[in-house]
Amino acid sequence: MAVQTVTVMLAGVGGQGTILAADVLAKTAVAAGLDVKLSEVHGMAQRGGSVDTVVRFGQSVASPITDHGCADHLVAFEMIEAARQLPYVKPGGRLLVNSRTIDPLPVLIGDLASPAGVEEALVAEGAIFIDAEELACEAGSPKSANIVLLGALSTGLEFSLDLWTEVIGGRVPPATVEFNLRAFELGRRACGEGGACLL
Amino acid sequence: MSSTLLSGNEAVARGAWEAGASVGVGYPGTPSTQALEVFARMEGVYAEWAPNEKVALEVAAGASMGGARALVTMKHVGMNVAADPLFTLAYTGVGAGLVIFVADDPGMHSSQNEQDSRNWGPFARVPVLEPADSSEALEFTRAAFEISERFDIPVIVRSTTRLSHSKGVVDLTRDRISTEPREYLKDIGKWVMMPAMARARREALDERVRQMSEFAEDSQLNRIEMRDPTLGIVASGVCYQYVREALPDASVFKLGISFPVPEKALAAFAAQVDRLVVVEEADAYLASKLRSLGLDPEPVGLPAAGELSPGIIASALGAEAPATRNSVSGLPPRPPLMCPGCPHRGAYNALRKVKAIVTGDIGCYTLGALAPLASMDSCVCMGASIGMAHGMRLAGQGSDRPVAAVIGDSTFAHSGITGLIDLAYNGSDALVCILDNRITAMTGHQQNPVSGMTLQGRPTTEIDLEALCRSVGVRRVRTVDPHDLAAAEQAVREEVAADELSVIIFRAPCALLIKDKEQPFAVDEESCTACGLCIRLGCPAISKEQDGKARIDTTICVGCGDCVQVCRFSAIELTGPACDIGGV
Repeated sequence: MAVQTVTVMLAGVGGQGTILAADVLAKTAVAAGLDVKLSEVHGMAQRGGSVDTVVRFGQSVASPITDHGCADHLVAFEMIEAARQLPYVKPGGRLLVNSRTIDPLPVLIGDLASPAGVEEALVAEGAIFIDAEELACEAGSPKSANIVLLGALSTGLEFSLDLWTEVIGGRVPPATVEFNLRAFELGRRACGEGGACLL
Repeated sequence: MSSTLLSGNEAVARGAWEAGASVGVGYPGTPSTQALEVFARMEGVYAEWAPNEKVALEVAAGASMGGARALVTMKHVGMNVAADPLFTLAYTGVGAGLVIFVADDPGMHSSQNEQDSRNWGPFARVPVLEPADSSEALEFTRAAFEISERFDIPVIVRSTTRLSHSKGVVDLTRDRISTEPREYLKDIGKWVMMPAMARARREALDERVRQMSEFAEDSQLNRIEMRDPTLGIVASGVCYQYVREALPDASVFKLGISFPVPEKALAAFAAQVDRLVVVEEADAYLASKLRSLGLDPEPVGLPAAGELSPGIIASALGAEAPATRNSVSGLPPRPPLMCPGCPHRGAYNALRKVKAIVTGDIGCYTLGALAPLASMDSCVCMGASIGMAHGMRLAGQGSDRPVAAVIGDSTFAHSGITGLIDLAYNGSDALVCILDNRITAMTGHQQNPVSGMTLQGRPTTEIDLEALCRSVGVRRVRTVDPHDLAAAEQAVREEVAADELSVIIFRAPCALLIKDKEQPFAVDEESCTACGLCIRLGCPAISKEQDGKARIDTTICVGCGDCVQVCRFSAIELTGPACDIGGV
């Protein structure tokens, strides 16, 4: 098991389910017997603002937060947020991006232009793109896009599938376990051996 | 033994429960809110939201006096409101243990200012404990009740956003201790703080602080970690974790009690290290203390404002910043926004029509200051809107643009009522708008005196806002549905024209309280003239397309119909059920 502390940042927009995804990841690491810290910010962020959550796990973890150039994985639920949090990713770190854009209010009302070149910049940084909403719909509900992304992330971590299955089963509402596990599997397949997002 | 992930807030609740606290009182405020919410769900406790932090502390003080261990929770600015009882409770001391949990917000994630609650320690002469992670949040809260009773003093447990909202592994090894209430014995020398008694209690307080100082010297809540003696860091709270991350080889004096500090132990530590550095957020609280002790910590140029991080600390002490990826420039900011269907939008639409100068308040509706509504001129503290509207009129404002105060239902109950009494009593002719959305929304939907439900889910009486306003002397009180835009505008126009004080209650539930959404609307491209009126409502479901025409995201539209009312070309109509999954 990992001795070095692993740092995962999950970035998205209020309402996208980043906090639940981070919670599942953190609980999986606890179930694997690791020390874990998870940091999230509530409050104003819940009203459609940016939501960044950091999960760190290893033998012994001190800081709940991280710095630019220190994240091993960035899981971005949205492309503008992926670009915003890019500086946190280590050179050599893994960049998983949901291929979706949610325009912030200044863009919606026409005060600012939708930013150009975001996707290109992410491609240049080696981002792996996943259409999480599409895979979630395939799994049975668009609401499980967060679990699709977690499945994609899981291929880069050392936790067993059994552990993930157990934690997801215990964390999501009982009626949603089946399609969430299917969503996890689809995300995992998309980023696993022979998966579409491994270029 | 079970290992569980708990946030700092959850761990505080557990610690108080384990310590046998049977009464919990607070007022919601990010980042403190979950502490009382979690406590309220525990077995064998009574918990309530008070209308404000002063009342919360007074209720807890009574419970303590009556023999029950009591927990009080609030955010940093709430402590300003509770300061009045706090200072005198230091004199009276406690009956059973009294612990005040206060959460600071360095970096202002959801606050109007930064305050360092450690300062209340020396200011009010009460001990301040600073846990550094969830596990300590539980332990320290438990210990705080013991300290409170041992030294006959209320104890502050101070948190910050990164402790309150971070989760860590906690071993739940212990059960609750017995909660038999202590006996109440009448003692006016202790509890009646009129001058003769207070003078004696002041002397007694100084003696208790002296005893607590001795206790701090040996307490296991403070810890010296000797490593490389060339660098010694003094840190408390979550900053300790950043130091461990950034400087794993440094010796650290980890303070768990930041008032009173262990002066002798700190001096001994300083003598053992070559360089002495203090790492702290918000105020130079410990650095000033060390300087006053003649220990002279080395200034390393840490920023005074905002939060620290391991990286900030490492670079202040000379480490090179790690390599990063290329950043992408020109990204639009993503400010928080009012939800689709938010009833506040209709109130601002009306105030904007009369070009009102709006003194604002604390809540979701503070977002009305941002474009495109851009209809709020000030936001200072809970309740300030009402007094400030009066003050603006006294300064002569209001002849060409009317002056209006905007305040939410919970904020009005917190500290708006006294402002309204002032305006009525002193004959102001301002307009006060109460945005009554039936809940304390911004902090995550807490019940309040207007909502008809208590923290523990008991149905209760609700304030009759109209009757309350009339009873303090406001003659013009009216209620309007903010989703009826024409009626809302008419009400505002009539009340700003009135030459006496008026209150308009805009009443409609928070959009997030409505579980069954109405059918969404869509824009008919043919009829849309790209006039932009609906865009100016600032609804996140409406976007402006390349050609200037409006588009509605049917996946997030809740069918409130505000946009239908502002459209002059009947271009917005009902659509079928949502089908696509949104996004572009």
